[in-house]
Amino acid sequence: MMMIRIGIAVAVAACLALGLAVPWIKTTVIVGVCYALAALGVTVLLRAGQISFGHAMYAIIAGYTVGFLARAFPQLDGLVLIFAGTLSSLLAGAVIGLFVVRYRGIFFGMLNLAISMVLYSLASKLFDITGGSDGLRITRPALLGYEFERAGFESAMLVLTLVCALVLGWWVQRYFKSAAGEALAGVKTNETRLEYLGLSTYRILWNGYVLSAGLVGLSGSLFAVVQGLVTPELGYWLRSGEFVFIAILGGASHVLGAFLGTFVFECVRLVAAAFLTGVWQMLLGITLIVVILTAPSGIAGLLRLHTIRVARQTA
Amino acid sequence: MQASVVRVLIAVTAAFVFANCADAQGAKPVELKVGITTFTSGAASVFGVPAKAAAELWVEDFNAKGGLNGVKITPVFVDEGLGGEKFLSEYRRVVQDQGVKVMLASISSGDCNVVAPVAEDLKVIDIMWDCGTEKILEDKRYQYVFRTTSNAVTEMVAAAVHLLRVKPDFKTIAVVNQDYAWGRDSWEIFRNALLALKPDTRVVAELFPKFGAPDFSTEITRLQALKPDVIVSTAWGGDLDTFIRQANQRGLTKTSQFVLPLAESSLERLGKSIPDGVIVGMRGDAYFADPDFKSDAKIKAFVQKFHAKTGAYPIYPVSHVVQALQAVVDAYTVAIKANKGQWPGTDQVADAMRTLEFRALSRPIKIRADGQALQGQLLGVTKSVPELPFALIDQLTLVPADLVTTPVGQKSPEWVKTLKSDLVKSDRIKIVGTPVVTK
Amino acid sequence: MNLDLLVLALADGLSYAGLLFLVALGLTLIFGVMGILNVAHGSLYAFGGYTAASLSGIAIQWDPSTVLLLACLPAAAIVVGVILGAALEIGLLRRVQRGDAVVPLLITFAAFMIFEDLQKLLWGTSPYSAPEVVTRLGTIDVAGGTFNCYQLLLIPGVALAAYVLLEFFLKRTNLGKQVTAVTHNREVATALGINAKRIGLVTFVLGAVLGALGGALAAPTTSLLPGVGTDTIVLSFAVVATAGLGQITGALIAALLIGLARSVAVYMAPELEVVVPYLIMVIVLLVRPNGLFAIAQARKI
Repeated sequence: MMMIRIGIAVAVAACLALGLAVPWIKTTVIVGVCYALAALGVTVLLRAGQISFGHAMYAIIAGYTVGFLARAFPQLDGLVLIFAGTLSSLLAGAVIGLFVVRYRGIFFGMLNLAISMVLYSLASKLFDITGGSDGLRITRPALLGYEFERAGFESAMLVLTLVCALVLGWWVQRYFKSAAGEALAGVKTNETRLEYLGLSTYRILWNGYVLSAGLVGLSGSLFAVVQGLVTPELGYWLRSGEFVFIAILGGASHVLGAFLGTFVFECVRLVAAAFLTGVWQMLLGITLIVVILTAPSGIAGLLRLHTIRVARQTA
Repeated sequence: MQASVVRVLIAVTAAFVFANCADAQGAKPVELKVGITTFTSGAASVFGVPAKAAAELWVEDFNAKGGLNGVKITPVFVDEGLGGEKFLSEYRRVVQDQGVKVMLASISSGDCNVVAPVAEDLKVIDIMWDCGTEKILEDKRYQYVFRTTSNAVTEMVAAAVHLLRVKPDFKTIAVVNQDYAWGRDSWEIFRNALLALKPDTRVVAELFPKFGAPDFSTEITRLQALKPDVIVSTAWGGDLDTFIRQANQRGLTKTSQFVLPLAESSLERLGKSIPDGVIVGMRGDAYFADPDFKSDAKIKAFVQKFHAKTGAYPIYPVSHVVQALQAVVDAYTVAIKANKGQWPGTDQVADAMRTLEFRALSRPIKIRADGQALQGQLLGVTKSVPELPFALIDQLTLVPADLVTTPVGQKSPEWVKTLKSDLVKSDRIKIVGTPVVTK
Repeated sequence: MNLDLLVLALADGLSYAGLLFLVALGLTLIFGVMGILNVAHGSLYAFGGYTAASLSGIAIQWDPSTVLLLACLPAAAIVVGVILGAALEIGLLRRVQRGDAVVPLLITFAAFMIFEDLQKLLWGTSPYSAPEVVTRLGTIDVAGGTFNCYQLLLIPGVALAAYVLLEFFLKRTNLGKQVTAVTHNREVATALGINAKRIGLVTFVLGAVLGALGGALAAPTTSLLPGVGTDTIVLSFAVVATAGLGQITGALIAALLIGLARSVAVYMAPELEVVVPYLIMVIVLLVRPNGLFAIAQARKI
């Protein structure tokens, strides 16, 4: 337990130090943490054994909310924008979740995929409203009332993103250990028994779904504000696939899995960009296959980070 | 927690301030890094890769002749095919990490839109070397953002004027444009100009397939049903190639008059897939077979070298990137002189750029107070010739820029509506040189 | 919208639906027999297209007959389908445990990513096209519009032929009946002596060939670029999910439905053209979660 805490502290310090030392890398680190938050959202659903291939739609819902608000009210504070974006994705998740959580397995994934593709297509075509495939520009907002220059803004956003990651990571971990979180895991192992126990799996999964939507939405809002741009690509199914990829890579048994998975993902991308340009997708694919075949519980599983004590299976 | 945040912020701000100070005037640097964004992947790469080749060729030549007061230019290429967000990250990285002081960005109007405010923020000179959207320089006064070629207004108004000169009696028109900033903005200007010059024009269809669309079958069927007299498209690159090929296969090019303001860049690739009589143009006035420059040694040498390197003739993005590079070195030369031999800072170069007059591969170009260049517009009609496997542009007409460009300080949507129909008959619009085929 | 426009829309939709059906056919066949949703199917489409374009490019230099040019297309499809399909099945999918629906899906997703980069390495990022065979086959006039014979007649023709042949194969031939048996109940089929592993391989390769055939047939009509597989796979998911996973006749009807709806949309609400397939998928899945034509299945508790 102590090891984990020390590890987290070291990682956060490293991120900050890296941002200081190499100014242009701040945005990359922030984007990485955003990916981790989104993967965390997917991890919540993975615990229930459900994979959504369309969760990136909450990123664009949040991102475009930020874009529309920034366009209509340019003097809005950045924190207000991020909050509004996350809130919109929470609401959307609540509404969409109402009918999506009735499905299981492949159909759950397909329906999420379908809805995300509808939203993606609408965002790409409604040029007058959404800026089409060029997207919406978001001018740099003030943060907590201060107007930053570019470099200061990036540092402030880095700090903000790390804080969000820490707080939410801790909170989701507690959720996993709580009764609601354990029930969510129960949906995967034996749903019918849960029903027999008197719990509403519909309600349980809906809670998990809304949480996951909010996490992906937060990552989308942070991303939009930092980049100053939101495009439909943020909601394309490949992006959802990347989130799933990272979640599987890191492992669904512990919150840290999402962050570990993102770290490996970004490392592979950087290595590929530096030495083997043009094959980073291939490397990632190979990595995923190796992980799935040799370590199905992901990196977190390898490091034996459990929140559920699973009895060793014999034979 | 709070103390460390404050410390981080102070340290970062200090570093930033120091970094900026270092940018001011001083000793000659070892090299001048110039960032160039272009499409090296995707459908638009057939447009962007020749530009990259031309930039490399020109820079090699320039460095061989001694460079900028002995300083060599090093191009740094960024692929616009990465898409909006990734492209923006790359742009930032190249400026912040590699210390690039001048960026040539971009081909896509969408990318120009995104990058201009970022460049102003980062205080780096941003030259819109190819994109056409006029909105950037009109909506806001920039200190560091310029365009070294003509914009959408010059081009589209000239195209409307030329259409009316060639085919004054058409009734219906349809448009098929790529669905992004350029496609939408260029149509808006063209339509408003056309309606101002010929109010009884009827628009029967406005189709916007997505950028990079691989197939235009449904759009072509729809156009066949509507049978417009004129079909206009400001598409370019692989999109235009596919559209024209498919339209030609199904006979649409014979039943409607096509007006393709950017098709000069596709002619060699289309070969026999485009019939005679199509109205085509380029942005600006640089055409490799321009009769006015038949005996210009410098231009002929460049065309030959380019053909030897790439196996193809220059298309207009090639002349655009050369224009931009020429403008950069000319601006630096002026700034160095004004600075009495010392290497100038970014601000000084920007000032020099603002009133620059220069010349690259065609006629002289002048940059005006709002950063927009004035370059004439060439349009003509396709004609196949026996000497080449692809069509040449015949009956080249030069439209002077000041006739068809929004004056400084005015907004294009309003200005275009004030056009008068006698503009079409202006005697300042001339046919260039002698016709390509004298028979 | 008058009758002429409707006929034109139908003609447009037909060729689009034909291509869609071929790709979806392979996907749904594989799912029916092996229970795997093959994300890499999009890569098979792309590879089929690129290979066909390359083959046509080589063939053109010898001034070939139209028949030879046409033959390049299925040839490319077979080569790609056999090589990549077998590689996928034997190399990857065999190593994964049966029963779990999710893990094979993720493995095929990883394979898809690998194939995307492989495609860029082999063919680069500039557009590829092979329009010659379309020009050779000429045009035909229908209801005031001129269509390419290739698009209006050949593609739907091949799609229909594939459907008929496949149905014949599945219902009349010995091997086909074994495939049908394995689709219904793998355990019982194995108990009856059918080599389910071999059937799985045969079906996978067959599905791969169909997917590649879709790409090969599409190659002369469009330009091939990186990303063409990505767009295709999600569109074929729409068809397959709408029809019901594993339903072949259903896939035909769903492909027609989506193809026609899309081209009608181009005439009536052009901005919504790209949204229509996914909108249909959402509506169908909401109303009938297992697809339009799925048969009721018993659920084990």
